[in-house]
Amino acid sequence: MKILVCISHVPDTTSKINFLNENTTFDTQGIQFVINPNDEFGLTRAIWFKEQQGASVDVISVGLADGDSTLRKALAIGADKAIRIDVKATDGAFVAYQIAQYVNENPYDLIICGRESIDYNGGMVPGMVATLLDYNFVNTCVHLDINDQQATTEREIDGGKERLNCSLPLVIGGQKGLVEESDLKIPNMRGIMQARQKPFETTSPYDAKARTESNSFEKPAPKAEVKLVPANDIDQLIKLLHKEAKVL
Amino acid sequence: MAIVVYTETEKGRFKKNAFEVASYARALADELDTTVTALCINADHPTQIGVNGVDKVLTVHTDYDYFEANSHAEIVAQAAAQEAAQIIIVSSSADAKYMASILSIKTHAGYVPNVVGLPINLTPFVIKHTVFSNKAFSNTTISSEMKIIGVSNNAFGVYEKNKDLKVEDFIPTKVSTKVTQISLEKVTGKATIADADVVVSAGRGLKGPENWGMVEELAEILGAATACSKPVSDMGWRPHSEHVGQTGKPVATNLYIAIGISGAIQHLAGVNSSKVKVVINTDPDAPFFKAADYGIIGDAFEVVPQLIKKLKKFKSSSI
Repeated sequence: MKILVCISHVPDTTSKINFLNENTTFDTQGIQFVINPNDEFGLTRAIWFKEQQGASVDVISVGLADGDSTLRKALAIGADKAIRIDVKATDGAFVAYQIAQYVNENPYDLIICGRESIDYNGGMVPGMVATLLDYNFVNTCVHLDINDQQATTEREIDGGKERLNCSLPLVIGGQKGLVEESDLKIPNMRGIMQARQKPFETTSPYDAKARTESNSFEKPAPKAEVKLVPANDIDQLIKLLHKEAKVL
Repeated sequence: MAIVVYTETEKGRFKKNAFEVASYARALADELDTTVTALCINADHPTQIGVNGVDKVLTVHTDYDYFEANSHAEIVAQAAAQEAAQIIIVSSSADAKYMASILSIKTHAGYVPNVVGLPINLTPFVIKHTVFSNKAFSNTTISSEMKIIGVSNNAFGVYEKNKDLKVEDFIPTKVSTKVTQISLEKVTGKATIADADVVVSAGRGLKGPENWGMVEELAEILGAATACSKPVSDMGWRPHSEHVGQTGKPVATNLYIAIGISGAIQHLAGVNSSKVKVVINTDPDAPFFKAADYGIIGDAFEVVPQLIKKLKKFKSSSI
């Protein structure tokens, strides 16, 4: 089984978000970039398929050279080969088109994406890739088993879970649950050394057009000071929630 | 040139978000001087969606009774073509997000999810949505002719408006299902984080899973969903499905009560679309107090039982 894991290079979850150039550019100063957490759960599951079922695992990212460190980390964790499509990632449709074109030329049985990236939160690339390729697609996937080209999956829905069956080729939008937080791998020295020897392909982009463009950013308005209520005066809290906030 | 709105159902009934997206579609249609066509799949009472200013309802019945993203996307695409729509409105539910990404390819649409209001500008079409996990907003232009707008939960509200409602059956031509549902496990009789008006959430301050009884009790009185912080789900005290925050579920509820949660930046990102936040924490320096509307500095084991007692009294007197 050939697996492709799509990796997004994103600011770490603790990042403070600021903008430059009259709020048109994300300020990357002091920001640490990581593998998108939803992608990392998927990557870890992919490595499990490699170890347990002899799958091969390639990782792909659409972006500029600053994302190479993130792909190297994926190799150090255990992926076999990295591919970077060398172009600025503009919008979801553009990124999906790049990945789908690559897969058209280099077919895979299973494409694992994260459910969404934690920077732009579009959550659209997995479904777009699947539709462009006419592959099956399961989103918000929290469990994945594959036997004889058949996938058994669980999908998280609002207020529950759904079990779904489908055949390969398949794209999933994965998240925590595919593996546990404790299963995530921290690259060790051996992995980091090996990663340097692994194939790393940089390919030129395909011709595609973005459909959306961010013009400017805004930060949420500053919040008014919290109203503190003494711990022994719950009545006051209830009154405030009822009369002032009108939520009771 | 109608606006098509995909109004979701579950077991034949409209979901709560259906009324919100219909209201949004009406308001946008008024700005564009056009009509609203709601598409519903397997709805028992399609006319119920008429209360939010819908002009026409298209009803579709499928021979499978579960949500199947690919075929539903094909149905919506066909309905949009019939109505010559250039704008499709969907919600931000797990199902809608699943379907919309497929739909955007099938209809060649630019898709913007997590939208928090009506467009800022119509030509060019600019819309505001959350990015960086609610830490910021982006004003984004959709340049394609077809547009899909995913409205954030609880961001727009529900507005009633009566119109003369036309109900028509819509018979899609050949659609293909791609995945087969084997089973569905759904918590019944309990509010879900996505739909609830109130969410009661607790963190490590509760010291252990055995202490969740009072959280459940408080949630029950308020008709609330229960949630938890990331460390709590990582330690296995509560299921992953309750984890709210940047890498868990987003919460956009009217009232969010956080008990024993310090308020790490990732947690705050996930919950800050909630309208009113109440924090109960022993530590006066907990970062959550800076993001909250109301706070109590105190021990959850003393405050929560008191709150339960007083709320019971309040609820019985207000009925």
